Amino acid sequence: MSVTTAAENRVAVATQRQLIWWRFRKHKLALVSAFVVLAFYAVAIFADTIAYTEPFDTQAARSYIPPQPIRWFDADGHFHPTVNALKGKRDPRTFKLTYAPDPGETRDLVLFGHGYEYRLFGLFPTDIHLLGVSNGRPQDALFLLGTDQLGRDVCSRLILATRTSLTIGLVGVVMSLVLGVLLGGMSGLYGGWVDVVIQRVIEILRSIPTIPLWMGLAAAVPSSWTPQQVYFAITLIISLIGWTELARVVRGRFLALREEDFITAAELAGASRMRIIFKHMVPSFLSHIIAAVSLALPAMIISETTLSFLGLGLRPPAISWGVLLQDAQNLQTLGLAPWLLVVAVPVIVVILAFNFLGDGLRDAADPYG
Amino acid sequence: MLPYLLRRLGLAVITVWAITVVTFIILQLPPGDFVDAYVAQASAMGTAISAAEADALRHAYGLDQSLWVQYYKWLSHIVHGEFGQSFEYGRPVTEVIGDRLWLTILLSIGAIIVTWGLALPIGIYSAVRQYSIGDYIFTFIGFVGLAVPNFLLALIVMYVGLRVFNVSVGGLFSSDFQLAPWSWAKVWDLAQHLPVPMLILALAGTAQLVRIMRANLLDELRRPYVVTARARGLAERRVILKYPVRAALNPFASTIGYLLPYTVSGSVIISVVLSLPTVGPLLLHSLISQVMLLGSTIILMLGVLTVFGTLLSDLLLMWIDPRIRLGQLK
Amino acid sequence: MADPILSVRNLHTHFFADEGVVRAVDGTSFDLHSGRTLGIVGESGCGKSVTAKSILRIVERPGRIVSGEILLRRKNGSVVDLVTLPTDGVEMRGIRGGNIGLVFQEPMSSLSAFHTIGNQLIEAIRLHSRLTKPAARARAVELLAMVGIPRPSQRIDSYSFELSGGLRQRVMIAMALAAEPRVLIADEPTTALDVTTQAQILELIRRLQQERDLAVMLITHDMGVIAEMADDVVVMYLGKEVEKGPVDAIFHAPRHPYTKSLLRSIPSVLAEPRSRLATITGSIPHPFARPGGCPFHPRCPDRMSVCETSVPQEIVIGENHATACHLYTRVPA
Repeated sequence: MSVTTAAENRVAVATQRQLIWWRFRKHKLALVSAFVVLAFYAVAIFADTIAYTEPFDTQAARSYIPPQPIRWFDADGHFHPTVNALKGKRDPRTFKLTYAPDPGETRDLVLFGHGYEYRLFGLFPTDIHLLGVSNGRPQDALFLLGTDQLGRDVCSRLILATRTSLTIGLVGVVMSLVLGVLLGGMSGLYGGWVDVVIQRVIEILRSIPTIPLWMGLAAAVPSSWTPQQVYFAITLIISLIGWTELARVVRGRFLALREEDFITAAELAGASRMRIIFKHMVPSFLSHIIAAVSLALPAMIISETTLSFLGLGLRPPAISWGVLLQDAQNLQTLGLAPWLLVVAVPVIVVILAFNFLGDGLRDAADPYG
Repeated sequence: MLPYLLRRLGLAVITVWAITVVTFIILQLPPGDFVDAYVAQASAMGTAISAAEADALRHAYGLDQSLWVQYYKWLSHIVHGEFGQSFEYGRPVTEVIGDRLWLTILLSIGAIIVTWGLALPIGIYSAVRQYSIGDYIFTFIGFVGLAVPNFLLALIVMYVGLRVFNVSVGGLFSSDFQLAPWSWAKVWDLAQHLPVPMLILALAGTAQLVRIMRANLLDELRRPYVVTARARGLAERRVILKYPVRAALNPFASTIGYLLPYTVSGSVIISVVLSLPTVGPLLLHSLISQVMLLGSTIILMLGVLTVFGTLLSDLLLMWIDPRIRLGQLK
Repeated sequence: MADPILSVRNLHTHFFADEGVVRAVDGTSFDLHSGRTLGIVGESGCGKSVTAKSILRIVERPGRIVSGEILLRRKNGSVVDLVTLPTDGVEMRGIRGGNIGLVFQEPMSSLSAFHTIGNQLIEAIRLHSRLTKPAARARAVELLAMVGIPRPSQRIDSYSFELSGGLRQRVMIAMALAAEPRVLIADEPTTALDVTTQAQILELIRRLQQERDLAVMLITHDMGVIAEMADDVVVMYLGKEVEKGPVDAIFHAPRHPYTKSLLRSIPSVLAEPRSRLATITGSIPHPFARPGGCPFHPRCPDRMSVCETSVPQEIVIGENHATACHLYTRVPA
């Protein structure tokens, strides 16, 4: 027997999961995107450790410091990363203290230096951060991506914003998923008038312009609520529309599977309805759900970012990408501190990565197709 | 044909009703009633409203009665075109919204035309030349278009315009025309300002439509009727343009159902960023200062207009698809 | 016999996919004669349809004709090799429809649902003639009447989805013959139709063939259709011809084991009730996993060791009858 036939046999006996993995592996862009997404979530988990400055540490005097270059090698050509220290100068006329980099004095960059205190995973108190400076406090020396108007470090804020923005997407997707699977499943399973009603509701929801609707609902969130309450209110608002797409996918799969021979076979074998759903149907469209979720996540992230950007979503002191972008809203600020626009980079990268990942998963989900 | 028409019409009516309910909920959600907010707003603007006047207003809107009555009274006010007075602007709400609403419609329709005008040829090209370099380039641009939220794109365009070209891309009118009455010169001025926001608004939708068009056309290109058209001796270009493109045009045309709400949504937000005189900034402003009566009126108008636009596109679809016209498809 | 009107010589059409090369047509030769029907028979995936598309030069990418000749004798008597013509050139387009008509296997989807049948028919007529629109329309009505469509002057404005499968296939035949070609290629013309309609369509093809002295190439997997229609038969397996000859020889003195198996698997009303229908053991190999030697050897009941290593050459075994099988060749030791 020839070699090709052996390869064929390998395909014939492979499990569903193996087939999906083989197909996904062929999609290079999706594979790279999977690593990008994982890296972002790693940043979200270890945000406190990776950030080097307390994100709320304000000092008017350090307002709008441009991003700081790192010098990687010393004069002898040895690897020795340093940054310039900041020197305070008092304006002779206004007596205002302003800071500017001092080329004469340098600070050594070190890994796992000491900084502000926090609790790792909310449990273990520590002050170790991924980056630190050997001599002096990081908040006086390190401004890798510059500072905002209030003198807060943009880089550290960006890292903590990543945590908020990525988790709000996750929570929103979980809510959408519960609604989508429940209603989509009912729609596909029962058919008849249940299906008609649910489909019409979806059609109606989709024909309303979402942003004005969200804005209206978000504006009703009382300003007295705590950031946590606002966080959940906003997730709830964005999942209100988000579930429709997931419900559509689930319903479609249910309808397709109902006709499949192996479901009929299970029915004839006398399996209970619940057993058929959970033992036979759900595993066979789980991959489709995962793909749909990875396509729904970026939409959620965009929604939160948009609402917060408009000032109707999360509000300071909460930090999210949208909240940070709000600072970059007007032209005067952009002219003065263009580095505030750096927040756009992780937004675009993460959304692209999720889209590529979702596309790859969707292609891989149909291993025989 | 008639059942299809009635079904669409029925759905549109139900959707409009659903929008009024949602809008009414939005109006009711904030603590206190909207007359309180109204009075506060008025006094902040220097117009004192007496308690008696406020009570009269409450009575007019039925705020002292059950929710059902309130809903009914509010709805009948709106049906009669009475949207109340805007203190901040010192004019009736209808007048405040007036021009802005037209500009919103203009911007949205323009963006949809741009979306289709770009997506159609690019989609055809990408499908016919699948896996060519051009296809990859368009696919990549498409992904970027999908990934960049349009307000971010507007911000970036504004920044690049300022830094690189030293022009400000905000607004829809030059300063000379902002308050001027309508004239041909003002229309021309508007025409010069419209393309940039239209393009920004159209990009994400275009990216999506290209993907839809490409996928549909790839499906259609494999159909037997394409082979038979070729076998008849038709030139390749005509084969593709007359048959599969025609067939792929239908799912493409039906995308307007969600393209329209999507574009209207987008217009609100990029208008805020680019400070365009559409209803967008007005909506945001009224929501932030909790002038819910104005805010909910705008949401209602945008929703109803969208439903109306979708209905028009359904009629268009019916006109171009013989299967619907002859009652083959529901 | 007179000179053939179309003659295919050693045609090779391959598909170049990422996973490898599929040799869909791998050395096929046959002749079509005016007034005669050539049946091409084989299981699905054996390269019958690709042969038809190759003749019309409408093979889709990634497929292309690798080598061989397709010689067409035109109406003026000159002979042209279609393989040398540019695919989308004026000359080739004139030949499609003009010299060779095609009836495709799926009447459901072979017509556009967005255009009336008249629109498509008039297009086919005007592509190959100088008729004005009203004249072409009159001609289209005539054609519809010719293929037996009732009330043709009204039917011409219908859409394909308003017609039954049989009527659609009649429209397809009318369209294939719109420019009076002398060769008609019918690719599984009756497969999707029910049995009575099938008989009517075959009868129609036969009638038109007699009226117009058409050379018909009938592609099918159904030995019954071959028996009813064909004068000559080519049996294909995995892109290769395994046997060809006059229909009587093929049915009464089949030589290749594959032909014999195909004939055994025809259900017969004369068979013993409840007797088991013979099948061919095994299934068609995966296109990328083509067996070495004779492609049929893994399924062949008369397999010999030589079959696994060497490809049999075609040898003549009777009048116009040839087969490619080691049973009939003497392999040098």
